[in-house]
Amino acid sequence: MRILNKTNGIWMILIVLSFGLLQGAILLGLIDAFYEITLVTILINMILAIGLNVIIGFSGQFSLGHAGFMAIGAYATGILTKQFPNYGGMAAGIVVGGIIAGIVALIVGIPTLRLKGDYLAIATLGVAEIIRIIILNMGDLTNGAAGLSGIPYLSTWYIGFFLAVVVLIFAANYKYSSVGRATISVREDEIAAESLGIHTTRYKTIAFVMGAVTAAIAGSIHATYFSVISPDQFNFMKSIDILIIVVFGGIGSLTGSVIAATVLGVLNVFLQPFGSFRMILYAIALISIMIFKPSGLMGTKELNISSFIRKKDKSENKKREEKVR
Amino acid sequence: MKKWVAGVTAMTALVLAGCEAGDVENQTGDEGSVKLGSMFELTGAVSAYGNAEANAVSLAIDEINEEGGIDGKTIELFEYDTKSEDTEAASVATKLATQDGVSAIIGPATSGATKSAIPSVNRAEVPLVSPSATDDTVTIDGNGDVQPFAYRIGFQDSFQGVSLAKFAETELDAQTAIILGDNSSDYATGLSATFKENFSGEVVGEENFTADESDFSAVLTRIKNEDFDVLFVPGYYEQAGLIIKQAREMGIEQPILGPDGFGNDTLIDLAGAGNVSDVYYTSHFSVNSEDPKVQGFIESYEETYGSEPDMFSALAYDAVFVVKQAIEEAGDNAPTAVNDALAELSDFEGITGAFSFDENHNPIKSVTIVELQDGEEVNTTEVSPK
Repeated sequence: MRILNKTNGIWMILIVLSFGLLQGAILLGLIDAFYEITLVTILINMILAIGLNVIIGFSGQFSLGHAGFMAIGAYATGILTKQFPNYGGMAAGIVVGGIIAGIVALIVGIPTLRLKGDYLAIATLGVAEIIRIIILNMGDLTNGAAGLSGIPYLSTWYIGFFLAVVVLIFAANYKYSSVGRATISVREDEIAAESLGIHTTRYKTIAFVMGAVTAAIAGSIHATYFSVISPDQFNFMKSIDILIIVVFGGIGSLTGSVIAATVLGVLNVFLQPFGSFRMILYAIALISIMIFKPSGLMGTKELNISSFIRKKDKSENKKREEKVR
Repeated sequence: MKKWVAGVTAMTALVLAGCEAGDVENQTGDEGSVKLGSMFELTGAVSAYGNAEANAVSLAIDEINEEGGIDGKTIELFEYDTKSEDTEAASVATKLATQDGVSAIIGPATSGATKSAIPSVNRAEVPLVSPSATDDTVTIDGNGDVQPFAYRIGFQDSFQGVSLAKFAETELDAQTAIILGDNSSDYATGLSATFKENFSGEVVGEENFTADESDFSAVLTRIKNEDFDVLFVPGYYEQAGLIIKQAREMGIEQPILGPDGFGNDTLIDLAGAGNVSDVYYTSHFSVNSEDPKVQGFIESYEETYGSEPDMFSALAYDAVFVVKQAIEEAGDNAPTAVNDALAELSDFEGITGAFSFDENHNPIKSVTIVELQDGEEVNTTEVSPK
């Protein structure tokens, strides 16, 4: 299969087009400083949701500790960029945060993912709390409950956009690779997958580690964009917020996560002037989606360009055949 | 089909968002009205503080507008909720500073949210006045330089520790003290550190608890066997109420000292009025003050909101008048002019005391230490800065 086929080309054009649209809107002043914060928040949430979707949607394991891995990335980058306030420091922070998050995920994942059932949910719930408490008690390094402030303002929406695209491409390629298919088979039926010689623990662990690393990347952007981080920002409710995006978009659908992160981000901005009514309206929006579309916006489907092309080709072929006749 | 509906909805939302952005123009320096922003924790974990402050801000602005506004201009208030989330605070501060074009922002209530909002206001160059962010590092950055656009109305934590230590020595003749605090809370560790530094007597013991504990009998039994003069509890009313109750029931009769976190009626409900005797805490404000200004504020607050104001409302009320005085002194409502006037602000007379800002944008004001006997405020002592 060639890399530069029609489908990839169209995706590439779509990405460049959305980048161009955003850049144009910023140059025209349609997106000002406030909407830029919203945009970066949406991009961060997108990365988080894609990562969590790899765990929940692909391998069928339930993780409630995404905010914990995000905290690792945020603190690694926060500490490093305070020492080296340049892009080198930030890149180092992303790498170090990703590696630590990956190792922690491995340590938690290998024993718990051997078991069948929702044990990962309980384990990750605990791990996220442990990470938070450790950060809370690391003294001057993490500055305890007050958190780190004055982290250099390095992230721009370009970096957020670039990393979101990288994570999305990575996750999409994973989904359609042989490893990804093996992971999905574990979700569909663990026993059947095992009987076909698939090492279920291994694939579950791969998905879990991938999810954790992407969460750390999102945390790095968060730290260098908002320049203030504290352990309270990465509590249990943050994990739930990410889970909401995944469920809202459709478990197992990457494009669903992208759309859900965007819709919820935009919804939040629209509801801002309503003050305390906002949470009620937000909840009503979520409930109505769950009633009318219980599997989320996209279900398990993807916005699929190749099938679109195929349909078109088929209908063209038909027309041609008819002409021949 | 449904996929399309979802797609179209999302697109419309995006387009609408874009349109709205286009409509809003920067209206800073507009004649005829002064725009002020209010951002507080109206929902979420610390909404009790946020609502008390947001209420007082709108009360103060109504009062100013009734009396003819600032230099004849009425105040237009933009009010937002930060959901008790730090990232939301950054986003709302940017919205106020860039889209709404306010002259100054009042809020948020907590130190964490204030710190998150500061980078946004620094970029937009709009002053922010937090009524109750008491953490020492709020108005200074990592290098020890002052944050150019951030101010606060409440005294900072370290000053509370100093005043309490001073008070324990001079008013209570204490030679020895025990500290019982939550070591996972920044507030508590900061307070106990400054208390220890400034207390000339001996700190004979330091005990810890965690935020969600409700049974303190083990640690209190240990304390009971010690010989000490005062018990210092740097914490919030949720735990302090229970600690006071259990300590008094166990027969610990020594005076109990606390920070401004004690300042909520829930403390007395939790402890039981009979147990709250010989309890002293620092307050930004006392409802028993004879000052006609204070009594006027209490009256109109009760009339509007049906409850007695606490010190958080009082601080927020003062924050509005601080901004008013700065705008009047600047003679201009451009944010940078207001900021310059705020930095120079002196001799402000408010309901939480008279003060000026020091070079780090902290108020130089005296601390009121409230004495509680049988759950009632009986006495207040002023401890002034060194």
